[in-house]
Amino acid sequence: MNDFATLVDWSRAQFALTAAYHWLFVPLTLGLSVIVATMESIYFRTRDKKWLATTKFWMTLFAINFAIGVATGIILEFEFGTNWSNYSWFVGDIFGAPLAIEGLLAFFMESTFFAVMFFGWEKVSPRFHLTSTWLTAIGASVSALWILIANSWMQYPVGMEFDPDQMRNVMTDFWALVTSPVAINKIIHSIFSGWALAGVFVVGVSAWFLLKKRNQTMTLRSMKMGAWIGLIGILITVASGDGSAKVVSRTQPMKLAAMEGLYHGEKGQAITAIGVLNPDKTFDNNEPTFLFDISIPKGLSFLAEGDFDAFVPGITDIINGVKIDANGDTINTIPYAERIAIGKEAQSLLKQYDEAKKQGNEVAMQQAKEGLKDTFHYFGYGYFDNPGEIVPNVAITFYAFHIMVIFGSYLIIFFIAILLLLYRKNLTHLLTQNRWVPIIALATIPVVWICSEAGWIVAEVGRQPWAIEGLMPTKAAVSNIPSSSVIITFSIFAVTFLALLVAELNILRKYISKKSQEDLDNSNN
Amino acid sequence: MDTLKKIAYFYIDGFRNMTVGRSLWLIVIIKFFIMFAILKLFFFPDLLATQYDNDADRAQHVRNELLNNR
Repeated sequence: MNDFATLVDWSRAQFALTAAYHWLFVPLTLGLSVIVATMESIYFRTRDKKWLATTKFWMTLFAINFAIGVATGIILEFEFGTNWSNYSWFVGDIFGAPLAIEGLLAFFMESTFFAVMFFGWEKVSPRFHLTSTWLTAIGASVSALWILIANSWMQYPVGMEFDPDQMRNVMTDFWALVTSPVAINKIIHSIFSGWALAGVFVVGVSAWFLLKKRNQTMTLRSMKMGAWIGLIGILITVASGDGSAKVVSRTQPMKLAAMEGLYHGEKGQAITAIGVLNPDKTFDNNEPTFLFDISIPKGLSFLAEGDFDAFVPGITDIINGVKIDANGDTINTIPYAERIAIGKEAQSLLKQYDEAKKQGNEVAMQQAKEGLKDTFHYFGYGYFDNPGEIVPNVAITFYAFHIMVIFGSYLIIFFIAILLLLYRKNLTHLLTQNRWVPIIALATIPVVWICSEAGWIVAEVGRQPWAIEGLMPTKAAVSNIPSSSVIITFSIFAVTFLALLVAELNILRKYISKKSQEDLDNSNN
Repeated sequence: MDTLKKIAYFYIDGFRNMTVGRSLWLIVIIKFFIMFAILKLFFFPDLLATQYDNDADRAQHVRNELLNNR
């Protein structure tokens, strides 16, 4: 592997490590803040001291997670400036604007009210305290919203125009960014997945209390709260996932094909429920796609198009530019070979523009600019020489997608089962007397985190090789720096992040363990 | 001025009365130190901001990178 390929791979690995680490904390912050705010609302309404103790217990766990996770996202911004400087310049204010709004508005709002939430119990009125708790929760979601808008633009660039003089994209329509269908689905999907994750966390930690046979009142009411919010979260996540699939089928059909390991699509396309991919399969050979699979007939057509008989293009179809419309007519989209040619033409026009500018030839500049406008949509394809380079890693995308779906489906059953056990008096003993149900609940904590991370792997690996869909591949986005420096920082990150994670888990474990020794059910605080 | 004092004491008292927080804040401070005093300072310079004086030069660098070096 040459040094440049090593640089791209290590830079991607470093960014993936940082983002995946950051995402360990974010969804818990999003969901647990809502659970804590709901608990405090009940305390505010009932003035029941047991609810106050319950609220304070979960609020402290929220604080530990917040403190360890805070600012890990800033490292991603460091990486933009150092490892991805071409990208940072090329995106201009489009990426910067949502991030700046996030920093100024949401982060400060979140942090200010976070302090009132923790330090203000005896110093502000109960109403103001409750308001602060809710504003912390809302601030966390608003903060995530702007980041997700920025990410969605990379997946589906809209609302901008390329300026060849500045060599960057300029925002022309802020609302097109904010209301992009990719953004809307992604925001809902990500925020409510945080509710599901926090729901499992609360149910799982409560299950540990049940195993220790302590604080049963607090535990059961926490479980109810966690299971309800988790169930609402996972149902909305699934519904928005369906919306996402339909949007992806229009905006990133290659990603959808990779998610399903689909090479040759057909009308009434089946969806693979479980499958083992054939590692020898590529888009240009006739090997079977799967070594083993179980499929649901017509499932993918319905998922992608809302029509059981719709045609869904596979990887080879997309590369060849073949699609079938709703009337059953074959229509040609632009094949990848042609996109590559258009991309190279766009890059050539940009060079011509620069030459004309140097010569002060305004007519030639205008001609090149017009040509660039018509071809810019495929600018990034010009960095490739053959279509096979523009196919994402199918195996990672496929398996991550199926892990997410299978675990997500399990979570629906999990929350319903927990609620049934909690509300059916003749079944509750299975929670309080039996060890197996609490053990399963506890074991579900890592499952939900794997599910959550798998979702991001689908979103980010599935869109490769693009940093910005169609416009800029990762190999163009990366800075020309020595790969050795990226390997060093990757190693520093890996060690530091691991140490911080161990420290957090240790503090969480110690706190939960300490509280399980106290009588929270009869606490006056 | 009184309001500022009140806000300052709000935070000072809050930190002083923390129970779980001491080891937590130590970890946070170590993390911030590693991030800003080591990583940002020595490993993560903003390349375009530090190597070029103006936007025209930065644009030229990126133009050269994107059109000639990839």
